Amino acid sequence: MGTKLMTRMGDGTSVEMTRDELRTDIEEGVAAAVKRAKLPPLDDDEVAHLLEIFASQERMTGVKVGDEVVLSCDGSTSLRASRLDCLTDAEDVGNDLCELQQQDYSYKAVKTVVPSEQRLMQEAQYRLTIPVQYGAQADLGRYSKPDGPCPNWSELLPLGRIDEARAAQEEAASESEEDMVRIGEAMWEAGADGMDFDTSGAAGDADFLAVLKAVRRLREACPDLSIELGMASEFVLGMHGELEWEGVRLAGVWPVEQLRLAQRAGATIFGPAVNMNTGHSVAWNVARALTIIKPCMDVAEIPVHPNVGMGVCGMPMHPFPPIDAVARVSRAFIEILRVDGL
Amino acid sequence: MGSGDALGVRMVHMLASGMNGMRTAGDLVMRMQMTRGMRLREAKAYVADKLGVSVRDLSDGVVMQDVRSEFGIGRLTELENECVGEPTAMEAKFNIAELLDLPINCVQRFAERVPSVGAAWKRGGEVT
Repeated sequence: MGTKLMTRMGDGTSVEMTRDELRTDIEEGVAAAVKRAKLPPLDDDEVAHLLEIFASQERMTGVKVGDEVVLSCDGSTSLRASRLDCLTDAEDVGNDLCELQQQDYSYKAVKTVVPSEQRLMQEAQYRLTIPVQYGAQADLGRYSKPDGPCPNWSELLPLGRIDEARAAQEEAASESEEDMVRIGEAMWEAGADGMDFDTSGAAGDADFLAVLKAVRRLREACPDLSIELGMASEFVLGMHGELEWEGVRLAGVWPVEQLRLAQRAGATIFGPAVNMNTGHSVAWNVARALTIIKPCMDVAEIPVHPNVGMGVCGMPMHPFPPIDAVARVSRAFIEILRVDGL
Repeated sequence: MGSGDALGVRMVHMLASGMNGMRTAGDLVMRMQMTRGMRLREAKAYVADKLGVSVRDLSDGVVMQDVRSEFGIGRLTELENECVGEPTAMEAKFNIAELLDLPINCVQRFAERVPSVGAAWKRGGEVT
């Protein structure tokens, strides 16, 4: 029986495994991705490299000097200080960019307060040297009743009223697209360096369609605007099922196809997300996430920044992910996939 | 997207693998990714060439503090007596736009709103 090594489960709790058990976990994570997403596996060297990262017992680990990457973000403000102060703090501690956000983090909520958000953006641009972008989510569900104007497709679908549910999603997507374009143009007028469309596809294919259309329109209207397109999950749910964008059916697309669509729409940074399974180790989850995202690195024409916030791409599903786990996820993505940022 | 979300997560990523913004040249590399869509290797090479340093130097806080001061592209200043003579954010961004040959939205709008500045600044032009 081998020496027990401390590692983490997907919920962040510590667990002990032998080196052989860790290797088996990694191999099974890769196999799970291959089976689910029908992709090639990581090669033997990549599996061995991942094992070395996770078998290490140091609390902190990191990339080699010179291999550092830039870090994008989704929101740089909090409740404890003014939003402008939060952005300044983000610059002071060494962020590569920061993001102005409204607390609801929903473009539907933002549209009611656009002028004040513009003024904050303008003020932030005068105070900060690092790039300042504006971010929120399409958040399509908010356009359905009782919160929004459209019929609620989550109520219609269980009743078998499929056509009405689809029509409601199409209506919501159209409203969402208009809001995102209007806010993006307003932020550009206020001096923003970029827009972040975060957690895209969270409400399914109609949600993703709204973002792609908004990105395309903003790219045409504001050629120098940075546009980050971050995803909600590893594949786009077919809540509608029949929606297409430029001939591609959106339901069920995986990260490599999501990236192709984001590029075609005009995004400048793409952020894939891979779901977590808290019943497996972090090593298993990272192996699975790397396998799913790896094909992106060969077709990327724009930077790829995998989402490595809490609860995606191998990051433990806990409000305070353990330092040892975060550092290993960080290092694994950079050293094995050579991502362009996180 | 990126490295945010939970409290403290971002700090660990910064320590494990981040360029660390204005401590080094992280903000400059990020600008090339954001505005030009350059991938990491290309963006680092571009910025290193413009600054006349090696790619490894871009992540070296000691080297970059001198380089940032030389080019007037902004440094982090914590104490009041460190701030004397350092360019403000907008001044630094004028210099960054010039150095990287990169349109910066707020800089172009500033130049538009202050015509005397815009006329004197050779990169001033129509905001697209």
